[in-house]
Amino acid sequence: MPRLKELGFVIGLVIVGVVFVAAVIGPWLTGHDAFAQNLNARLIPPFWMEGGSSQHWLGTDQLGRDYLTRLLYGARISLFIGILTVITSGIIGTTLGVLGGFYGGRIDDAVLFVITCRLSIPVVLVALAVVGLVGSSLTLVVTTLGLLLWDRFAVVARATTMQIRSLDYVNAAWCSGCSPLDIMRHEILPNISSHLMVVCTLEIALAILLEASLSFLGLGVPPPLPSWGLMIAEGKDYMFFSAWVIMIPGIALFTLVLGMNMVGDGLRRAFGTQVIK
Amino acid sequence: MSKTPALTLKDLSCTFHVQGGLFQPARHVRAVDRISVSLEEGGVLGIVGESGCGKTTLARMILGLQNPTSGEAFVHGQRLSELDRRARARLIQPVFQDPFSSLNPKHRIEDIIALPLRAQGSFEPHEIERRTAAILERVGLSTEQGRRLPAELSGGQRQRVAIARALILEPRIVVCDEPTSALDVSVQAQILNLLGELRRDLNLTYVFISHNLAVVEHVASEVMVMYLGRMVEHNTTARLFSEPRHPYTQALLASVLTPEPGLGLPDVGLGDIMPDPANIPSGCRFHPRCLKAQPQCATIEPLTSHPSDHATVECHLF
Repeated sequence: MPRLKELGFVIGLVIVGVVFVAAVIGPWLTGHDAFAQNLNARLIPPFWMEGGSSQHWLGTDQLGRDYLTRLLYGARISLFIGILTVITSGIIGTTLGVLGGFYGGRIDDAVLFVITCRLSIPVVLVALAVVGLVGSSLTLVVTTLGLLLWDRFAVVARATTMQIRSLDYVNAAWCSGCSPLDIMRHEILPNISSHLMVVCTLEIALAILLEASLSFLGLGVPPPLPSWGLMIAEGKDYMFFSAWVIMIPGIALFTLVLGMNMVGDGLRRAFGTQVIK
Repeated sequence: MSKTPALTLKDLSCTFHVQGGLFQPARHVRAVDRISVSLEEGGVLGIVGESGCGKTTLARMILGLQNPTSGEAFVHGQRLSELDRRARARLIQPVFQDPFSSLNPKHRIEDIIALPLRAQGSFEPHEIERRTAAILERVGLSTEQGRRLPAELSGGQRQRVAIARALILEPRIVVCDEPTSALDVSVQAQILNLLGELRRDLNLTYVFISHNLAVVEHVASEVMVMYLGRMVEHNTTARLFSEPRHPYTQALLASVLTPEPGLGLPDVGLGDIMPDPANIPSGCRFHPRCLKAQPQCATIEPLTSHPSDHATVECHLF
């Protein structure tokens, strides 16, 4: 069994787990509405600072909305975007990579060409252009990122499939009369899934960061939805007098992405010892 | 009228095109060169030869994993290239060399064994279950072991699983590509005995590839010797081992280590030049290493001669 007990992996898992649970149930527990404005209670600092109140643990933003509730709601949006993006891009990338690696020859040339084309497209610029043309929405961000972030899945799936396709259990499956589709589904996919899992965690982190960047530029999630990137963007006018307005979502973003990467690294090290023999 | 042979190869050849580097031309590797042989039902054809002589490529062509460049293979009179993958699976099955790479590490043993039945697509689930249980017992594994993963079994047990998978469709021909060379010596005998029993009980025909001459002598009814893709000699096992004709066969037999201590490695006069299948010598392809080479051997390719019934040899001396 791979050693999954190492410290970094456990810490990463705890971070991601806490964020996940907080994102799912948190917004109902704070007793505030993430969208309810109260202009009499604008920019209240967090409870540990002077002027903070136990009513709003992390204070309020420039429109008097409870910051903790918005932060937790933002975690929900970040994870939602990360996971949906990876499902879309994982399906596209794995399909392309397995097909190319399995068949080789012309099909592989075509797959490689598509991968190269994709790698030459700057993701943020395309996302900016699409959002600029169509207008921003949550679905659009997920679709755009999902259709762009499949390159690592394709590269990893292709390389691992090429390693496996000439192994004797694949030959035995051919001799058993299996169809190519059966071989790809039942012989190859289960044996490359651990590698794809690693890519998954890294891509979720990347998608979350990209969403934050797009939202910061005003081209991601539209207000009043509380995305972390958007919270930083909205808070930047107040950063000199109320630095916590951008510090809190910034730290949240940093912690979640760090946790995701630690999980990914842990998985990679754990599976690295049992790479296809 | 004689029976249709179980396996007939007619001028079977396979040439690989190896891409050269930027400034090197592509090379052609003749892995298997015009091999013709036929094998009676119930027989065991042993194929011997050095690494790189084309044994495995020949096996892959018989299994349908590799398309021949030219020539044809017939199984019980049916053209191999005209069978669809399910029909071929019902006739021919493989047992591979390394039982560690021939079983999918993610599937349970009973699923691995049942794969050929499932691939046929015409068996009921309870029929699959019944036959899987029966074949597990036949190769000496328990139902409990059937629920494990390959990593939990030993090499010998895994090879039993590979044999069970090969036999579950009740094929006519089993191609064994060095089935024992990855196993411990103590387990080799068990596997060979199991293969022998199954052949007698199920009237199977084996193509048995090995570079262990002792194993071939024990198992095979006839032997073919390959050198750089050509069949240089073919005879019944007893005849080939008692009176080898081709100088290469003689050298191979002389290279077997003797149990007497102090003798060291036998010198068979083959030298230490390894043959290169991409660069086959002119004339007789064995002449650079042959102890009995004559001037004509370097220029004229020898014809196949039949010194006696069932025997072929390809050498100018015969």
